Amino acid sequence: MTADAVPTLPITRTCPYAPPAEHRRLREETPLAKVRLPNGVTVWAATRHEDIRAILSDPRFSSDRSNPGFPRLRQDPPPPSLIRKPLLISMDLPEHGPARRAVVGEFTVKRMAALTPRIQQIVDEHIDAMLAGPRPVDLVQALSLPVPSLVICEMLGVPYADHEFFQTRSTHLVSHKTPAEVVGRSFAELLGYLNTLVTAKEQNPTDDLLGRQILKHREEGTYDHEAMLGLAFILLIAGHETTANMISLSTLVLLQNPEKLSALRQDPSKTLAAVEELLRYFTIAESGLGRVATEDVEIGGVLIRAGEGVLALANTGNRDPEVFENADELDLERGARNHLAFGFGPHQCLGQNLARLELQIVIDTLFRRIPGLRPAVPVEELSFKDDATVYGIREFPVTW
Amino acid sequence: MRVLVDEKKCCGAGQCVLVAPKVFDQRDDGMVILLDEAPPKELHAAVREAVSVCPGAAIMLEERE
Repeated sequence: MTADAVPTLPITRTCPYAPPAEHRRLREETPLAKVRLPNGVTVWAATRHEDIRAILSDPRFSSDRSNPGFPRLRQDPPPPSLIRKPLLISMDLPEHGPARRAVVGEFTVKRMAALTPRIQQIVDEHIDAMLAGPRPVDLVQALSLPVPSLVICEMLGVPYADHEFFQTRSTHLVSHKTPAEVVGRSFAELLGYLNTLVTAKEQNPTDDLLGRQILKHREEGTYDHEAMLGLAFILLIAGHETTANMISLSTLVLLQNPEKLSALRQDPSKTLAAVEELLRYFTIAESGLGRVATEDVEIGGVLIRAGEGVLALANTGNRDPEVFENADELDLERGARNHLAFGFGPHQCLGQNLARLELQIVIDTLFRRIPGLRPAVPVEELSFKDDATVYGIREFPVTW
Repeated sequence: MRVLVDEKKCCGAGQCVLVAPKVFDQRDDGMVILLDEAPPKELHAAVREAVSVCPGAAIMLEERE
């Protein structure tokens, strides 16, 4: 393969409803393929469902972002870490197990289900505001962004009055195009605020996730201020943009498929399966899930050497015809749970049950309360977040 | 079918609970609780699905005819 034939990632989607054609070609021709990153480094791209699962569940692949071999999609090197302790997402064994176990109880199926009334209330309040306000309105600003941010802010005990502060900073952190100094500044501002918040909760542990975590770690003698800061940071960032983007994209595709939407509205017991399919269909973790090999590992017949980076292109693995029949079709009754939208392995999305619940409540409520909802601009004019780590719609004017 | 769970591998994702709630539950700390180690035949397909979706590969099956 000549140097010209090595594709450079990331590759932008040309259609919101499918991963880039180049990704599919990779899966069909070279499921473990060398690709080039913006900084010129070559890494492996994995596109088959089975290979991705193998990589994400194999402890010989490290999640440590400080490892020089870890795939970097940003052009510039990252700013020096202001948190000296690694974030949960960046941990490997042996630290990762206990660190994750310490917080996973806050995200169980049962605990999330207990949030249902509050999430329903948040969704209803925002739809009330939409109905009382002018048309058209941007769904992203009116519903998609506020709902998940308000839910996570509430879980963590962050005042909602500070949500816009987080919106702007977290958006900077996920965009590829953000200049390095703006990333650095956003990171610092966010940390500064969280530092104040965590300090306040240390003095007065409130009954929320942060307060409970502080008490739990104190009891176990494992309390560390910086580790708590890191946890608050990752949970806050992870809970915003992802769910917001799924709300926007799901609304769009359902509006584009009125017969599917109608079937769903007639039987809300089908919504959970529909949410699962929407997650698979969109797989918004656009840049792929990064890892770096710490030993030589054979995956899909290819030897990945110690120190080499890997990008698991989950959006492409989720269209693998070996696993999903008519994989490119949106089949809301498919009922397939073995998709990779939340990743796989020990780092699988901690908030996945929260995400599912928010999506289910938004879908059931939005179309019930605004049955005449429709896009206010031609869909071809919508602008998608193709410069971000997480795919979505930038602005989505709707009316009814 | 006999179901075994390895708590050391459990990462608390709760997918087994969503797929086969009659066989799996979660403790308050997120770790799996095996409700039925010998589930009836009509639950076998769901249990196999739980094995497949478990991100920690923490569920093992002994299948006997």
